[in-house]
Amino acid sequence: MGMITESKFHVLAVDDSLFDRKMIERLLQKSSCQVTTVDSGSKALEFLGLRESNDPNAVETHQEVEINLIITDYCMPGMTGYDLLKKVKESSAFKSIPVVIMSSENVPARISRCLEEGAEEFFLKPVKLADVTKLKPHMMKTKLKKEGEKPSEEENATLKPVIEILPLHQELESEQHESSTLSSNKRKAMEEVISTGRSRPKYNDITTSV
Amino acid sequence: MNTVVAQLQRQFQDYLVSLYQQGFLDNQFTELRKLQDEGTPDFVAEVVSLFFDDCSKLINTMSRSLERPENVDFKQVDSGVHQLKGSSSSVGARRVKNVCISFKECCDVQNREGCLRCLQQVDYEYKMLKTKLQDLFNLEQRILQAGGMIPQVNIS
Repeated sequence: MGMITESKFHVLAVDDSLFDRKMIERLLQKSSCQVTTVDSGSKALEFLGLRESNDPNAVETHQEVEINLIITDYCMPGMTGYDLLKKVKESSAFKSIPVVIMSSENVPARISRCLEEGAEEFFLKPVKLADVTKLKPHMMKTKLKKEGEKPSEEENATLKPVIEILPLHQELESEQHESSTLSSNKRKAMEEVISTGRSRPKYNDITTSV
Repeated sequence: MNTVVAQLQRQFQDYLVSLYQQGFLDNQFTELRKLQDEGTPDFVAEVVSLFFDDCSKLINTMSRSLERPENVDFKQVDSGVHQLKGSSSSVGARRVKNVCISFKECCDVQNREGCLRCLQQVDYEYKMLKTKLQDLFNLEQRILQAGGMIPQVNIS
């Protein structure tokens, strides 16, 4: 009789701070993910098997290890989280891997730029367990794609964006009715993110619910 | 009913609650405790220890950067404050974090005197918190040694 074991999601976490790596690792483990931590963007690319583009022998190898999500700090020396995001999204082998950016600073322009470049979520530090549970739907997509299935309708219902793009004049009062699971940090980010009418249609019709 | 354990548990609970009430800790410390379980019983202590090590190191480097009035490396200081603010925020070290906010403001306007005051305050606050948390962890150990479990404490 064969044993069917459900493989855990494998997350690659990137942060130059040892402290933050320890935190994100525990958060992810607590959410039943397998975690690999690295301390730089270039190490992350190495781990994925993607060499730097200025390497004359650059070859996009097969992904050596299956990664279901990359979560990276924004502010890192050398390659920033944004740079890493770009490199991943520009690579044909890895662009389907969802990328999440973390930052201790709430800079609306930064958040917009990352989302526009293809980041799935932008988490404000300190990251909480509730944030990490939001990653599951994104990771599910990669598994489903691999199995050749279309995402189910259920997925759309559970997919709750961290950042809701609001018009600038949105009344503050209406936000009080929104999900209390959103931290005040993210709510602040919501208020300040400028609506640019970007083409991420899947978020337009989804509102965060209580 | 083991009254020694019950007494210790009560002591632990009251002490932890007082740390929140006095503003030493905030909700993020609660989040931190959620991450600890039977498999990782030392997680909070390890993270907190890492944090205090960071505090010590960063305070030293910032102190050196601020030493000579005619040659202050505010970029260095800013980098140190940024790191300290981040980690204190992640740990739930509320008072330390709040000093970092003022510290950053002094740094932004290149106020050396202000920075020195904040540096002193940060040093005081982290050491104070270190003592308090050490007492808390000692209580935890005593509960475990008496055969009890660490109570779940809900901070409203």
